[in-house]
Amino acid sequence: MYAQLVETGVKRVKSLEEMSPEERAFQERIDAEIKIEPKNWMPDAYRQTLIRQISQHAHSEIVGMLPEGNWVTRAPTLKRKLQLMAKIQDEAGHGMYLYSAMETLGADRDEEIDKLHAGKAKYSSIFNYPTLNWADMGAVGWLVDGAAIVNQVVLQRTSYGPYSRAMIRICKEESFHQRQGYEILLTMMRHGNQAQKDMVQDAINRLWWPSLMMFGPSDADSPNSAQSMSWKIKRMSNDDLRQRFIDQTVPQLEFLGCTAPDPDLKWNEERGHYDFGQINWQEFYDVLKGNGPCNRERIATRRKALDDGKWVREAAVAHAAKRQQKQNAA
Amino acid sequence: MTDNKNDLIEYLLRLADNAMINGQRLCEWCGHAPALEEEMALMNVALDLVGQARNWYEYAAELLADGRDADRLAFTRDERDFRNTLLVEQPNGDYAVTTAKLFLFDAWHLHTLQALTASKDERIAAIAAKGVKEATYHLRRSGEWVERLGDGTEESRQRMLAAIDELWRFTGDLLAGDAIQQRLAEAGIAADAAAVAAAWQATVEQVFGATNLPVPQPSSYFYLDGKKGLHTEHLGILLAEMQFLQRAYPGATW
Repeated sequence: MYAQLVETGVKRVKSLEEMSPEERAFQERIDAEIKIEPKNWMPDAYRQTLIRQISQHAHSEIVGMLPEGNWVTRAPTLKRKLQLMAKIQDEAGHGMYLYSAMETLGADRDEEIDKLHAGKAKYSSIFNYPTLNWADMGAVGWLVDGAAIVNQVVLQRTSYGPYSRAMIRICKEESFHQRQGYEILLTMMRHGNQAQKDMVQDAINRLWWPSLMMFGPSDADSPNSAQSMSWKIKRMSNDDLRQRFIDQTVPQLEFLGCTAPDPDLKWNEERGHYDFGQINWQEFYDVLKGNGPCNRERIATRRKALDDGKWVREAAVAHAAKRQQKQNAA
Repeated sequence: MTDNKNDLIEYLLRLADNAMINGQRLCEWCGHAPALEEEMALMNVALDLVGQARNWYEYAAELLADGRDADRLAFTRDERDFRNTLLVEQPNGDYAVTTAKLFLFDAWHLHTLQALTASKDERIAAIAAKGVKEATYHLRRSGEWVERLGDGTEESRQRMLAAIDELWRFTGDLLAGDAIQQRLAEAGIAADAAAVAAAWQATVEQVFGATNLPVPQPSSYFYLDGKKGLHTEHLGILLAEMQFLQRAYPGATW
């Protein structure tokens, strides 16, 4: 997923009677679970919402490479290094794939990246936290990719065809990353020394709450959800997804032999779900607004990569043009 | 036979360390590449190289039979024990330096691996056969980038010329053979250094020639030797980062 608080620009969901004939045909198509394809008519707000959501998702894949890049040069074994490198490569691939899906809506990759660098576009808040020990590479795979999958599994049924198909492909790879991440932690807990076990618990303590925040604000504070749900861009509410993630993650946490930094986390027999404590929403909004631990560094790094690479891209374009010229002359 | 075995271990470590250190430098590009497509490509090349390094280390570890496995060889030897060529340990610099570094290495690497596919040592021949496919792509890719940057804009050409000027002095170390390689080559196990050097020269002349990049005179010996563990100061810092966890938590399982 990696999309939080996506603006729809719509104050209220229209009823079918209020819609123009085009809008009504569009909504009926969605209600019938027929995918919207690039050449179909769609309301501008639907298009813009999707561009925002898919670009957020793509930006997240790219910014998400940075916390892992922090450890890829320090991976402890050849196997772990190769795994992490392959994961990072997958993420770059997801980014490219998602930008392509976004471009089917008429958006431009470079323009959207410019918005990111100008602080006008979001990416998942989770990547604004630092990775401080090797267990973070396990915890990011298990919790962060795990949270992403919970959302993306549902998004496989999202109404926009290219986005839905991207999700199907991406989900397969994310599931693999999640298992790999969990296995990193399990190895450290089962075969590691005390220092390694402490790393695992430390990583979980730091990443637990930020992972829960990945699902976005609670439903009561999610003003854009109703429209996104009606368009079937979103298919489940933030709180339902968060609950699903917690319910499936707690048994895995216990199997690891670790704890969550939440004294209120306990099974509720009556609800058939885990109860959990209050999320620090102030922190969530702070991080989203740019005041998280690594926001400045992440954007500065991405901007520098693009700025430093400008002459390289210009050279590639110039070379291609010269070749074309030669071919035309021949 | 014992001599032969020691020679073989030395030679395997050279192949392993070359791929490993080159791969490590490419990992440093993660998140910093000039385009998303290049992020993918650089990590892809790095994956191939670290994968090859693992194959060579595993074979070396088996021959050593002193209790060290591939990870111990990669992550606990000190810089004087590393056998990689000086070129691959050089800092990444700008994209022209990285491109020139990769191209000069890839040309040597492909010709070396091609020769090794005919090695009388079947294990070497098998590892090389897999590596040739990868190195063929590596050389095609880095060669195309030399052309792009050498031909693209005035700035890119100047940067490419500066990168070649900066790195050329390490090509002597890259191409030089020694008595160990000579003995193994005569036994039909290793690549012949002179033959690889000649093939390398032809490849460099062809690619540089395509965009009128001058091919410098052969570089002269400058008193360091990667094969003997006499490195530039850059390697120690690279290893300090790469080996951090194995050094800080000796013997731990990851």
